[in-house]
Amino acid sequence: MAGELTISADGVRDAGRKPVGRTVWVSGPVVKAEVERAVFMGEQMEVGDERLIGEVIGVSGDQALLQVYEETEGLGPGRPVFSTGLPMFVTLGPGLVGSVFDGIQRPLYALEKAGPYISRGTKATPLDMEKRWHFAARKRTGEKIRAGEVLGVVQETSVIEHRVLVPPEVAGELASVAPEGDYTVGDVIATVRDEKTGKQTPLTMAHRWPVKRPRPYRNHLRPREPLVTGQRIFDLFFPLAKGGTAAIPGGFGTGKTVTQHQLSKWALADIIVFVGCGERGNEMAEVLLVFPELADPRTGRPLMEKTVLIGNTSNMPVAAREASIYTGITIAEYYRDMGYDVALMADSTSRWAEALREVSGRLEEMPAEEGFPAYLAARLAQFYERAGHVETLGGSNGSVTVIGAVSPAGGDFSEPVTQHTKRFTRCFWALDKDLAAARYFPAINYLESYSGYLDEVGEWWHREYGARWRDLRDEAMRLLQEDSRLQRIVRLIGEDALPDEQRLIIEGSRLLQEACLQQNANDPVDTFCAPEKQLALLGAVLHFVRRAEEIVKKGAPIHRVREMAVREEIVRAKEKIPNDKLELFKELTGRIDGEMDALYRDFRRVT
Amino acid sequence: MMRESGRFQCGLKSVSGALVFLEGGAGVSYGEMVEVIADGRVRPGRVLIAGRETVAIEVYEGTEGLSPSETRVRFLAHGLEVPVAEEMLGRTFDSFGRALDGGPEPLAREWRDVNGAAINPAMRAYPRDFLQTGISAIDGMNTLVRGQKLPIFSASGLPHNRLAAQIVRQAEVPGERAGFAVIFAIVGASRDVAEMFRRSVEESGALGRVAMFVNFADDPAVERLITPRTALTLAEHLAFDRAMHVLVVITDMTQYCEALREVASAKGEVPSRKGFPGYLYSDLASIYERAGRIRDREGSITQVPILTMPNDDITHPIPDLTGYITEGQIVLERELDRGDIYPPINVLPSLSRLMSDGIGQGRTRDDHAHLSNQLYSAYAYTRRIRMLAAIIGEEELSARDKMYLEFGRRFESEFVGQGAEENRSIEQTLDRGWEMLKLLPTADLTRVSEQEIAAHLK
Repeated sequence: MAGELTISADGVRDAGRKPVGRTVWVSGPVVKAEVERAVFMGEQMEVGDERLIGEVIGVSGDQALLQVYEETEGLGPGRPVFSTGLPMFVTLGPGLVGSVFDGIQRPLYALEKAGPYISRGTKATPLDMEKRWHFAARKRTGEKIRAGEVLGVVQETSVIEHRVLVPPEVAGELASVAPEGDYTVGDVIATVRDEKTGKQTPLTMAHRWPVKRPRPYRNHLRPREPLVTGQRIFDLFFPLAKGGTAAIPGGFGTGKTVTQHQLSKWALADIIVFVGCGERGNEMAEVLLVFPELADPRTGRPLMEKTVLIGNTSNMPVAAREASIYTGITIAEYYRDMGYDVALMADSTSRWAEALREVSGRLEEMPAEEGFPAYLAARLAQFYERAGHVETLGGSNGSVTVIGAVSPAGGDFSEPVTQHTKRFTRCFWALDKDLAAARYFPAINYLESYSGYLDEVGEWWHREYGARWRDLRDEAMRLLQEDSRLQRIVRLIGEDALPDEQRLIIEGSRLLQEACLQQNANDPVDTFCAPEKQLALLGAVLHFVRRAEEIVKKGAPIHRVREMAVREEIVRAKEKIPNDKLELFKELTGRIDGEMDALYRDFRRVT
Repeated sequence: MMRESGRFQCGLKSVSGALVFLEGGAGVSYGEMVEVIADGRVRPGRVLIAGRETVAIEVYEGTEGLSPSETRVRFLAHGLEVPVAEEMLGRTFDSFGRALDGGPEPLAREWRDVNGAAINPAMRAYPRDFLQTGISAIDGMNTLVRGQKLPIFSASGLPHNRLAAQIVRQAEVPGERAGFAVIFAIVGASRDVAEMFRRSVEESGALGRVAMFVNFADDPAVERLITPRTALTLAEHLAFDRAMHVLVVITDMTQYCEALREVASAKGEVPSRKGFPGYLYSDLASIYERAGRIRDREGSITQVPILTMPNDDITHPIPDLTGYITEGQIVLERELDRGDIYPPINVLPSLSRLMSDGIGQGRTRDDHAHLSNQLYSAYAYTRRIRMLAAIIGEEELSARDKMYLEFGRRFESEFVGQGAEENRSIEQTLDRGWEMLKLLPTADLTRVSEQEIAAHLK
């Protein structure tokens, strides 16, 4: 199929000119057709005179069952069906970054020509076929090349060098390669001769890939580095590794979308793929308004220059919603294969699962829990397993990190999508309705959340910033857990009834939460917190707690600790001390010591 | 609706619930409108399954009295279309856009498919402009923004009908040149409630800018699935073709969802939570997502759907899925209602997600964000103090906490509470908010700036 992965000159998804069959039954997105020639499961089809895009989801004798990705109103029996001979695929090449696609990779800005609404049968090529890219070859004629190697490069945006790869499954001797110059993605830029058969394969800068097939790589590697998000609750407490998986479950109003937006704005990944799957149209509008104006913390360039957006809002066809997740992950894998660290955010995987349920219901399949099909778990596993840190076919290292939002019905985590997702993801960032109601953001419940990457990323913290991270984190977690144990008693007898040592734990935990765990997404300084600042801040909080412990043990009254002026300073540090002025934390620590010493002296004099 | 002739077919295969089945054919298409003719009566219907062997049709006015051999079906070769025209303002219609007020049928230049089409998300404009309802708990604390969808979560016995009527009467876009219209979709209401709505709008003199679409409680369930869509089809025409700001109030979405469940189960579909079909989310989204603005067009569609939470349960699928789609919610509370507070809006669980981008200088007033923040946090504290007071007694509270209790009482009765006829401008609402803050120690007002305190509290 290697040859079929190359795209035709006009780039249109070109199904055959002659129909292979006719529709016999239409109900919503599900269509039955009688076909004259064999079609295969997963094959991309075009249905009706408007050539609506669909996929084969069942074959039996000469009957094929299709799922159509566009509105089917007006479609009836007896309409032509065309085959593409290819599984559902996406087109991969320069021009993806900065684009906004729907679930089946139609560029939404190009669809504007058809008016403000998405109308049926509107065709637009995923990549701009007219645009010329400056291509510079990295290989010479006569060189032997392998699949996945870098054939040449194109500057896709000011921050992304697009590495034009030899498509998977293509190898041989380079029979010709185009000289440096400007080409469209449809132009042939190289020809590869198979050494055994002598067959020549022309290559363009773009190729196609079936969305449901993971792209091949050489080796699966252990995740090693954290995906730094600039969000303290994640980086310090529940870190995610590059190539890892995380789930963010939360009922409505708990800040799921704000959290996903924060992650896509600030996560230190080379490429961000954001899949808005069955969510609000106005949220997409907000992303499209904000991202082009926001600067990437690493490069200072607009975020859109490293972002691919896929938006299939809740009112767009439901089958395309199902496809959007696959479209997104395939694009993510493609940039991974160039050696980049890619982060994919899917908001929300529950809507995707519901799309599965809806189509399954139309097929009258036997439902399992809550009407979801029995294969829900398998599909979720297949999706999350496409994350990973790998050695690519070309020999470089790349990763795909997947962060999936989950919208549990009624905010209840025992429902099937949350439960299955928990089985296949290693980070669990539980959003909490009560915290959100108390305007405590990010509303991550630190007792319910967990990360399975502590050991992996610990090495990185050690290498970059010395050994402190794990110790500080564990100390802080102990404080939080101890506090939650005490809170149960407080609820019965009140805080004042506790001895001072225990009240200090509550006080310390309160400070930790206010100064460190809570983070203001709307504050220009606090919205992104660099790892070094995170450590310094946590260090300062724990230093305060330790010093306070010493003097409270010696008998100093707890209210004197609470009233210290420096406490307020610690709380404000997250907003007052910018990422590049960390020396201010030394001064802060100095003032903590100063006030503690003063209190101690003061108190000793009295007694 | 009977504009063109269509293809006739005689005889049915079978009748089952709201569905009829007949011989299939090549000319039928999915979603096509039909007329089911029997006994001299014409009932509209829609093709649900377009098969070569069998066609399934959902009949909107019920299948009572249909006999397979005596029924003819006319295929109209288009989807369900309804008339749209500016002249429909000031009138009352049924779910299909037929006059219910005894007046002439609308002379529509255009007929539109009721299902509309999804707005291309890349063509949306982000909502940023204020829409005034004249109700302080909404305008001041959970501001509605043009292009937003903000539902009201109510429960049976609470005065959501009165509130709906008040919003319909009072809503306006201050200082805006473009026209303003309200479309009121009444789904599954009893005749006296519908009559109450009509009278209340008529008496206020606002009738001229209001179009009403009414589906009565005893109309067939399938028709309820059309009512909000017919209303939104007119809204889209007014907003995006005639550059008007349109507010669409839909009540009661719970009736709509019940109808959806009824029709789904008649079709023999696999149920998911509480018997509702698995596509309830997508179906609700196809209504709620029709709110919005479009780039380079002047008008907007703002939606206020009203629903009653079954058994006051906010985790029930109807409010739950609604909350996942809409941009916030206004929550009515039984306890406030018992305390005779109207409207009984609890501002704490209420939320307008788009508020922060739609208020402030040039939109409402520069002190709005800080003021509402301060009121929110003071009221949240009050509620905690009340719980404490219930345990240890009010006398045991500190003087400061007693001030909060007093603040809470006045906030509920004077800020949240207002007359059903009382229409407050945003300035009046905000000034009233400052009045409330006077009850608290100035040192506690940390969410508002010192300049604001100087300007408003002295």
